[in-house]
Amino acid sequence: MALDTRGKRPDSTTSPKRAARKRTAGPVALWRSTIGKKVIMATTGLFMIGFLAAHMVGNIKVFSGAEAFNSYSQWLRTLGEPILPPSAFLWIMRIALVVAVVAHIVSAVQLTRRNTQGQPKVRAKKRLGGTYVAFTMRSGGVILTLFVIWHILDFTTLTVNANALPGHPYENLVATFSSWYGNVIYLVALAAVGFHLWHGIWAAAQTLGVGTTRRNRAIRGFATLAAVGIAGGFALVPLAVMMGVVS
Amino acid sequence: MKLYLRIWRQPSVAHTGEMVNYVLEDVSPDMSFLEMLDVLNERLTLDGEDPIAFDHDCREGICGMCSLSIDGRAHGPERATTACQLHMRHYSDGDTITIEPWRARAFPVVKDLVVDRSGFDDIIAAGGYISAPTGAAPDAHATPVPKADAENAFENAACIGCGACVSACPNGSAMLFTAAKVTHLNSLPQGQAEKQTRVLDMVDAMDDAGFGGCTLTGECATACPKGIPLESISTMNREYLKASLKRL
Repeated sequence: MALDTRGKRPDSTTSPKRAARKRTAGPVALWRSTIGKKVIMATTGLFMIGFLAAHMVGNIKVFSGAEAFNSYSQWLRTLGEPILPPSAFLWIMRIALVVAVVAHIVSAVQLTRRNTQGQPKVRAKKRLGGTYVAFTMRSGGVILTLFVIWHILDFTTLTVNANALPGHPYENLVATFSSWYGNVIYLVALAAVGFHLWHGIWAAAQTLGVGTTRRNRAIRGFATLAAVGIAGGFALVPLAVMMGVVS
Repeated sequence: MKLYLRIWRQPSVAHTGEMVNYVLEDVSPDMSFLEMLDVLNERLTLDGEDPIAFDHDCREGICGMCSLSIDGRAHGPERATTACQLHMRHYSDGDTITIEPWRARAFPVVKDLVVDRSGFDDIIAAGGYISAPTGAAPDAHATPVPKADAENAFENAACIGCGACVSACPNGSAMLFTAAKVTHLNSLPQGQAEKQTRVLDMVDAMDDAGFGGCTLTGECATACPKGIPLESISTMNREYLKASLKRL
């Protein structure tokens, strides 16, 4: 019985000539390939982690009291003056972050589509070697996106804040963490941040080609430290308000 | 011993498949897994049924033809062992064994347990070789290779191209396979001339063949019967990035 063994796949599209023609330079080629998209996710991810670390250190200022925290917020608005116009630094950061978030999410969605569409699965599949956290990257990303929207409505536009006094971030912060749902939303989001960073930092190192057999243990350690440090540092604030240390 | 087998039967690419149950008696613990399937096929042939199609060749774990997902694991329960080197002594009387083909978008099922792995051929054709002038074999010591590089190349050259990594990957990605080939050739002096075009073209071919992207879950390296390390993926990413930056 003759078998149709080439029924589904098209004939090979690869030939040296075609490959040479396709080898176009630059960002377009990077954007087209799966590895290139991962590189974009890694670099935008690392930029956002840098922002998170600075944001976390800034939040710790809450323990210096209302005046110090509010003047820190004011300082962010006057940073770069008189070279830059007022609030310019803040707007530069906001634009850079929006670009990073959009690039990160667009790459993630495109890669996820590519990875899941029409992908048959072994029915009795056993999960081997993978960590649970690695499988929460997509769901965790959705949680984080929703959280960032809530976070901006809460503290930037003050739409959903109970206190909603512009220019008084300390009082607004205490108001948010005095409600049970405020604490729940923020602590769940921080757990998601920790998970996302733990796998994300490690994966970014591999994607950017930093990982080697010798370095990987150190990279895992650094990822754990950074994930626990950043998520834990952020969590100090709602916990402090809950326990009455900050009021 | 007596075994209950659940095996994927699919007449051709055009048909949809299903799990079919078989009961096989008098299985010797000294049989290899493929010999057990041979015994079942002999019975099916005598009964006038269509025997189960499965890929096999050397049966000594070096050709990369066997492609069985056994109880949901590529090549079965033993670590660093191909399905042909798996022996029935690892099973006991009355066990139920589920046997499926590799499952990935880029590996369509041809018949029963046979899948079309030409996607791998496309990747190799794109750069999995070195261009060397023909002639007499050069002296073995004509090109010195540092010990560490030789070890690294050997470790990755152990890849037999079976496709277990693609089957184990939740994304059906061929990153470990491609990484093994790129790391193998790019770490040797003979591979330096085509270092950059190799990695760019092989990754292109990999994407074109319909394989998924890498999420670094590490399931491929766990499933690999030849122990290709996950670090090879990082090495390929590094080579890819270097080659891309050179072209900017």
